Amino acid sequence: MIAWTIYATFAGALLLLVLPRSAARWLALLTAATGLAVSCAAFFNVTDPGTLKNIVQIPWIPSFGGMSFHLAADGISLTMAVVTGLTGVGAVLFSWNVHRRQNEFFFWLLLVIGGSYGVFLSADLFLFFVFYELVIIPKYLLIATWGSTNKAYGAMKLTLYSFFGGALVLIPLIPACLSAGTFDLQLLSVHVFPLAFQAWAFPVMFLGFAVLAAIWPLHTWAPTGHSAAPTAGSMLLAGVVMKLGAYGALRVAMNLFPQGFQSWRGLIAILAIIGICYAAAVALRQRDLKFVIGYSSVSHMGFVLLGLATAQRLGVSGAVLQMFSHGVIAGLLFAVAGRMIYERTHTRDLFALSEMKLNRAIPFAAFTFVVASAASMGIPGFSGFAAEITILIGLWHAYPVLVPVAGIGMALTAAFTLRALRFSFFGDKSPAPPLECLPITLAEKCGASLLMAATLAVGLYPKLLLDRILPCVDAMRFLKP
Amino acid sequence: MNYLALLKLVSPEAILALAALVTLGLGLGANRLLPFIAAAAGLIAAAAAIFALPAHASLAHGMLVIDPLTSLFKVVCLALALFTILSASGRPDRPNNGEYLAMILLATIGLLILAGTEELLMIFVGLELTGLSLYVLCAFDKSSPRGAEAGLKYFLFGSTASAFTLFGISLIYGMSGVTGLGEIAAFIGAHGMQPLLAAGLILTLVGLAFKIAAAPFHFWAPDVYEAAPVSAAAFISSGSKVAAFVVLGKFLITGFAPIHGGAGWHALAPGWAPLIALLSASSIVIGNIAALSQTSVRRLLGYSAVAHTGYSLLGLLAGGSEGFGATLFYTTVYAFTLVGAFSVIAAMQRQGLGDKITDFAGLRAKSPLLAGCIVVFMLSLAGLPPLPGFFGKFYLFMALLHQGQAIKLLWLVILALAGSLVSLYYYLSVVKAVLVDETPSPRVSLRLLERTSIAALGALILALGLFPGALLQRILASLR
Repeated sequence: MIAWTIYATFAGALLLLVLPRSAARWLALLTAATGLAVSCAAFFNVTDPGTLKNIVQIPWIPSFGGMSFHLAADGISLTMAVVTGLTGVGAVLFSWNVHRRQNEFFFWLLLVIGGSYGVFLSADLFLFFVFYELVIIPKYLLIATWGSTNKAYGAMKLTLYSFFGGALVLIPLIPACLSAGTFDLQLLSVHVFPLAFQAWAFPVMFLGFAVLAAIWPLHTWAPTGHSAAPTAGSMLLAGVVMKLGAYGALRVAMNLFPQGFQSWRGLIAILAIIGICYAAAVALRQRDLKFVIGYSSVSHMGFVLLGLATAQRLGVSGAVLQMFSHGVIAGLLFAVAGRMIYERTHTRDLFALSEMKLNRAIPFAAFTFVVASAASMGIPGFSGFAAEITILIGLWHAYPVLVPVAGIGMALTAAFTLRALRFSFFGDKSPAPPLECLPITLAEKCGASLLMAATLAVGLYPKLLLDRILPCVDAMRFLKP
Repeated sequence: MNYLALLKLVSPEAILALAALVTLGLGLGANRLLPFIAAAAGLIAAAAAIFALPAHASLAHGMLVIDPLTSLFKVVCLALALFTILSASGRPDRPNNGEYLAMILLATIGLLILAGTEELLMIFVGLELTGLSLYVLCAFDKSSPRGAEAGLKYFLFGSTASAFTLFGISLIYGMSGVTGLGEIAAFIGAHGMQPLLAAGLILTLVGLAFKIAAAPFHFWAPDVYEAAPVSAAAFISSGSKVAAFVVLGKFLITGFAPIHGGAGWHALAPGWAPLIALLSASSIVIGNIAALSQTSVRRLLGYSAVAHTGYSLLGLLAGGSEGFGATLFYTTVYAFTLVGAFSVIAAMQRQGLGDKITDFAGLRAKSPLLAGCIVVFMLSLAGLPPLPGFFGKFYLFMALLHQGQAIKLLWLVILALAGSLVSLYYYLSVVKAVLVDETPSPRVSLRLLERTSIAALGALILALGLFPGALLQRILASLR
């Protein structure tokens, strides 16, 4: 059933090319909602989340090393499919006011969503890579055509970084598949590769994936790309596309090369913790609201990488939880900054915003931003807390020395989040009247409510996700000594 | 063997020669359309004749070979020639149109000879017949000084390269006393390699490297791609390249199989592999870097052709039927892509548009069909899924790494990936002009024939991307 997320999304995208303009956004919404509904249904109905269960397996290019169209899902893939669905619906709702070349816009948007579903559900490494690379060009066109602020530069930088990451992944991927004689992920994840091979293959492949997860110091595409992208583009980039990298690192790099991972994970932890603190410190000095959020994404993805580097069941589960949580929170933050604020005030400069009394002009936006900020800072009750505390417990077992450093990162996160919140909504004390602007539309309210509900639900009841994530993590090879 | 039996085996070539004469004659008349019909009918009849050939035949020590591989690539060459003629149909007002089309047909005969022989003399005859026809086509627009320059450059480089090849062939014949590729392999297997034979191999390679535009024998390519008549450039970049790769592959993998050598990192072994690795690496580097700064799309395609030659050579380096198959798949896909790209440029030229990247701005609004197709072609060249350029590259890398010393050849894969990264930038700049940049521009109307042929090529490339197995299976089966 879950395979229909992919089919429906691509079918919707193709339909968009032929249907008239008036139907475009409704069709896009219908498609995205179908994806969400299907993935939620599969997520809640999963019986045995610990094993990768086959969905479809059709030979595709038999003469080509036995590639097949092979989809399978376990708890982690389903979790990621749900966050893709949530961000997808949110992205469509927050693009309700896109009027320029509407059909094309939603076409590329749905291609990003469909490709992401494909990555999360692929059980054939070749298929996985096809979907992984498929997302690149739609991202480029979304940013270059519908973006703002330095869009040509941001789009090209992001595209070249993504392609560079893909090339790094490909270098060890081909020899690995040739020596194992298969592209099937299930078979590959029980194949034992020679230690000498793992020792170089793991870091190259992990780095390739980590580029997309914005590992320090290869993170610079993220802030420029995020701030240049249209709102829906930033939401998908931060919410889903960065997760493709982290998911690939976990599902492919770490699972295929467990010994290589064990010998390199210390370095990964150090890079991750530098990323957490460095990006948070940089965010503290930004004037552009979207740059603040862009750097906060880098910082939060640092937590994902840190969780992965613990090689410990709670730490890795926390990393997956953080992928979900950050997907929702980043979506919300970019929605407020890009759609609710920028489309009304036409500025993202924090000092300019601080004089507009936006908390009274658009109170719903202020409310949403407070919720998203609280979740982003890791206030208990929101998904960010559940994720980060799980990662920290894992970190305590793996690298206790790094826990205080991660604490500094979290403190910095709180600092830049509060600073952005104060400047953007609660800045001005003067008696001047608040800015006159259009009220928040129904579409925006629906999208924001959906994402807020998701972060609250996971924050209050993280077991919902952890029940499905933990069995998968337990089944992974690198946990076993 | 009597002449009638011989004529049956060379019926495709004979039909084409006849069609070329008829086209030449019809070109003298007033009707502008008749030569096209004659040329197209000749190509289709020749393709039909290929299906009537026996499955296997070999004449006079491999001078004429008929097997599934040669038949497949004869059909591919004919299809490429047909699309070339369709893209030329946008300019029926060209003076001496009949001669132009007849030249394309004569060049096609050369390609068929190249694809269907395993003997050095016939290879030379094929190379010369193709080359001489293409030199003429290249300089066909007498009023264009740049076309004349391109034609002259192509001719001078080409004839020098031919001289090298002929000298190389004479050395090989002098040392081994045979000219059939299979016999040469047997001779080397029995007597080992000798210095003069190696000199012959290298000199022959020069001529073939010129044909495929491998660096450093590529200097003609950018000029020809930019200044020759569009359809001539399309044919040079596609048909001529495919046939040259078929010959090069047979020459190395059949003729000189015993001295393959090795090109691994810190593990060079004497043989032709280090030479091919050198050609490949320099083509990838030079082609991609030179293409970066081009403003004319045709010139950009010219330099990128050099880079793609570099990628294709990787399969030959791998050797064996898998490597040869990977090279042929990649080159075939590339050829159809380039015919498509040049057809789009020809259609734009008929609308009075130039070939600068800036001329592509707003093409989306002018003609969604042209825009969609050129984007598909560019992204396939850049090697992005789900387009066949991606599968071609992936398969080349797989073939290259699929042998004993696999990891030692990884340096070439890394170089090729780095080259692809660079190439993404310039292909994207064309895509950006087409899809992103907006200029107020009215719709243009295309002729039905243009529309159908471009749409067919676009659909073919998309289909090959989704189902690459269809072509790959056929190539691999014919190599076995």
